[in-house]
Formats: sequence, structure tokens, C-alpha cells
Amino acid sequence: MTDKTIQDINAKIANGSVHVVTAEEMPDIVAELGPVGAAKEIDIVTTGTFGAMCSSGAFLNLGHSDPPIKMQKVWLNDVEAYAGLAAIDAYIGATQLSKSRGIEYGGAHVIEDLVAGKSIDIHATAYGTDCYPRKVLDTTVTIDDLNQATMFNPRNGYQRYNVATNCSDRTLYTYMGTLLPDCGNVTYSGAGVLSPMYNDPTYQTIGVGSRIFLCGAQGYVTGQGTQHDPANNFATMMVQGDLKQMDKKYVRGASFHGYGTSQYVGIGIPIPILNADIAKATAVTDADITVDVLDYGVARRDRPVLRQVTYEELKSGMIDINGREITTSPMSSFHDARAIAGELKDWIQKGTFYPTLPVERLPNTGVEFKPMKQIGEQPTVADVMAKRVITIQQGLTVENAAKVIMEGNFNHLPVVSDEDRLVGIITAWDIAKAVAKNKRDKLDDIMTRAVVTADATEPIDIVARRLEQHNISALPVVDKHSRVSGIITSDDITKLVARR
Amino acid sequence: MKITLHATPDITPRPLIAEVILETGALLNIDRADVKPKGGEVVIDVPPNECKRVVAAFEKRGATITALEQPVIKDDDECVNCGACISVCPTSVISFREDWSVQMDLDKCVQCGACVTMCPHGALTVMKS
Repeated sequence: MTDKTIQDINAKIANGSVHVVTAEEMPDIVAELGPVGAAKEIDIVTTGTFGAMCSSGAFLNLGHSDPPIKMQKVWLNDVEAYAGLAAIDAYIGATQLSKSRGIEYGGAHVIEDLVAGKSIDIHATAYGTDCYPRKVLDTTVTIDDLNQATMFNPRNGYQRYNVATNCSDRTLYTYMGTLLPDCGNVTYSGAGVLSPMYNDPTYQTIGVGSRIFLCGAQGYVTGQGTQHDPANNFATMMVQGDLKQMDKKYVRGASFHGYGTSQYVGIGIPIPILNADIAKATAVTDADITVDVLDYGVARRDRPVLRQVTYEELKSGMIDINGREITTSPMSSFHDARAIAGELKDWIQKGTFYPTLPVERLPNTGVEFKPMKQIGEQPTVADVMAKRVITIQQGLTVENAAKVIMEGNFNHLPVVSDEDRLVGIITAWDIAKAVAKNKRDKLDDIMTRAVVTADATEPIDIVARRLEQHNISALPVVDKHSRVSGIITSDDITKLVARR
Repeated sequence: MKITLHATPDITPRPLIAEVILETGALLNIDRADVKPKGGEVVIDVPPNECKRVVAAFEKRGATITALEQPVIKDDDECVNCGACISVCPTSVISFREDWSVQMDLDKCVQCGACVTMCPHGALTVMKS
């Protein structure tokens, strides 16, 4: 069903009569004119998004040195780029970290510095061949010294994105920013009403060859992004554009404290309004787009969903979680998303940007989103823990505990209540300290009350990380009623690793 | 408003702050104090209308007073107005303007630095006087 062709629209751009609005303006227009009327009135709706897109990077061609080198390894400002391509081609990925500066500076910052015209130090090594005899190269370049500098991003512009909070008792450092303990804050990403892909959710105008705004330059969609998941409205796209034409304002290196680096990428997609269906889709509002709030405190692939929210609720600054009002933070910039949609609108009105229809649309059916195929069972706590665990009743003395530990020849003694619930833990070291300080009476006075525990179904990797973070050597394994069913020690894990 | 009191070793043993409170009757709040062998520095929150008298009272006793610089400085070239800093701030210093740019109500800032580590773009710095 086509009422207008892309040629009709582009002719209007050429003669200056095109009618362009941003996706923020469209809901009111459709409400007033209806989808049919809006499709007649409006030719193009511009969208925009500006946020962290980790799966980004750039292909760089450095030009040949004399004598020539076939780079086997290459570092740009101390950040390794992938050189397993032809002699002097490299791909710098946004999340690769600097050897010397770590999380503070990564591939994303190298790309930002290139776009900003700054000098970049190159260090390359090679094994040397008859045609490429050179083994080491050190030089300094700017973007103008390169032949091609092409941004190529495998996964950008998520249609919508999950919301993060943290129900655990410690601060987490994630790609969704710092998540405070006990659901202390909520972070989200995505442009909602301006979301490029949510304004054309069946991708009638988005696909291979769609001309887009990419970081201030004209770029293209080259296909579906990795992890493209249209069935769940988590579509993504692969994009490319000329780094040399880009604007530093819309390509920014980011560093997430305790996590790593990422690239803030600015994308704007023009949606040509070819018919009433497309007009109707661009009337989407923040209130229409729902997302799950996930507990990042659970370090598993399938995190618990606490509730659903709309972008409208998220943008209000507070959402309700289990009866508490929690402050929300966006990780992506709505301010800049709006600037991008506006800038793209200007380009079209001035006749410097002509939208295209894709030669092949992004698939919106028949795409499977699969978890990783894993061979071999990941051992769980239940597989490794000591099942016969000796506990001691609360209220007994240090002397009693010392005797139990000595007879059992172990180091960690969980303390339980009359109802058999875990209330504390005592180690052989606690007892030694108590004896030295002459505190031999009640166990309650010397035991650790805030016991770090494990669940029998947890994978070993998670438990190993927990032991390391708390700098302890054992965790009582408890059920949901706090009853002790086992104990897992760092020794158990070491033995398991040694067997692998 | 917040001021920084700089006291040299010869006057640090004196109960300067207590004396000034008694003299002026102003309700001073000590935000941060740092006393070292070569002298002391104290950040004090002063009711704005009492500021002149309080500063004069300190200066009369030989202390140097400087106005505290902005507690958090935002580099507008680095800030992309994402607002990631908003939800970690314990005193609601940061919010969005109508146009979704980030604004800061610096009078509320206690210099905890939570926003500084949250910022993905290194746009924020906490001033240490």
C-alpha cells in the first residue's frame, strides 16, 4: 500500500516543498489529522538517539610504510586494534582498553580523538616476510593521514532497552552505570518517542542501504545488527559511515566506572511517510513503549524481572519498585537525540540529505535469538559443596565452639537459631582472637552476623567471585528459609579447577 | 553559603569557631575539617545573611577566609546531558531542565563525588579547596 513514492518525496526535497517533522511532533499531528490525513500532509519523520553502543568500531587503513610492514599486532594510543586483516588495515573496537590507562581510555576514545583531529600514536609489530620485511613500526598520525577511516558498527540503535536496578546488598558497576544496593537507583537507555526503530517497528523503510544520520555524517544501514531480535522489539542494526566526515559532538568515548569503555553514537533515521500505516507507527509515544525492569544483582543470563515500565514513567524521574519511589537516570542523552532529529530535519529541508528506501528490509519475522550453546555442564554449588555440615546452636560458649571445630578439623562453623536458621558464622581465627582477648563466654559476642551465603543452584563462577569480593574463604549454603544445607570453601573450588 | 577557613599553626589551638559562634550568634555548620601540622582548613556552611559578620570575626582572629569554589564543576564540552549522574546523587543536586539539559543546584552539594564516578564522559570534577 503506497500512496507516495520515495521519488515523489525526493522531488519535493529538490523543489523545497518537502514537509518534515520530528518524531516528537508526530503524535499530535496523527491525533489531529488521523493516519490517512497525516500521511498526506507529512513527507518525512526524523528520529534520533544518542547513547552508549558498545558494539562499535572503525576500520582504518594506515597507508604503506617504507620498508613495508604486515602488521601482526597494532596499538593506537596504547589500545590494541585487530590487525588480522591485510597488511596495514586494522579494526579498532570501542571497548578495547588501553594497556597503560585501563578503563579510563579505550578504543572509543581513540575514535573520538581521531574525529577531533588529534594525533594518535601508532605502534605495530610484525614477523617480517620477503614482501613486508619490517618488524616494528612507530609513528604518529591524524585522521587526515589515513586512507580510509570507516566507522563500522555491528550492533547499534537498539529498538528499546531493558531497565536496570540492583536488589543485592552491594554496589554494582555495570554497563548501565553504577547501581546502588537495595534498589537504590534505576538506570535506562533509549530515546523512547524518538527511537529510530520504534517509529518503524516493522522496518518498512529501514534496511540495507537506508541512508541515515551517523555521528554528524551521512551513513548507511548495512543490515540487521548482531543479536537482532525483532520478535521482542529488541531489533538492532549494523551501520557504517565515513569517520572523516563525522562531528566530534556525536561520537564520544565513554568510560563506565568499574566496567569499561563504550562509544556514545548518534544515529538519526528519516522515516519516509509512504502510507497511512507508516504515519500511524510514527505516532508512537513514550507511554506506548514498555520495558522490563531487571535485577542486575543476579549475575545470570536470565535476570529476574521486577516489573514493566513505560518510557513515560522512566522519564518522569521516579518509578515505583515494591512500594518505594526510586530515582531514575537515563544513560543515553534525550537532549542530544532531539538535536540529532532536529539536525536531520534541517538537512532534509535544506536539500542536503535525500532518504533512500532499502534494497532489502531488515527482517522482522523468522529471526531466532538464541542463547549460547554450551557443551559440558557448568558445575553448581550443589556439585561441589560439603553436604555434611556441622553447625552450632546460638547461645553456646566460645569454648563449645572451639571444641566442635577442633573435633571436626575444619575452619568455618555456622551458628544457627533454635529454629535452625543461620544467624552467624564463627571461624577458627575468630576463636583464636577471642581467646587472646579473654572473651570466652558467649558465642554471640564474637560471631559474624552479616553472613555471606550461597544458593545450591548457583554456578561456581559466581560464588568464586563472591568469595574474592568479600575476601573470605567459605560460604554457608542456605535454602530460602535460611536453613543451612551445606558449606562451600575456596579449597573446594580450587580442587574443582585443578580437576578440569 | 560555604566558606573555607584557613588557620595557621599559631592560631589552630584556639577555639576559633566556638568564639565566632558566640560572638556572632550565627548557626555555623561544619561540612568538612582537615587539620595538619602546617595548619587547618575547615569548610563551613554559613547562613547567607550572617556571612559578612562571620568572615569579619574570623579575620579579626587572624584566620584567612576564602569563598568555597563551586563544589562540583561541570565541563560543558564533555557533558552530553545524558543525566546518568542524577540517580546516584544523595542530595538531589542534579536535575533536567525543560529542554533535557542537565542543571545543578550546587547549594545542596556535599561533595561526596558519587556523580563524578558515575559520569561516563569525565565531565564532572569535585573541587577540593
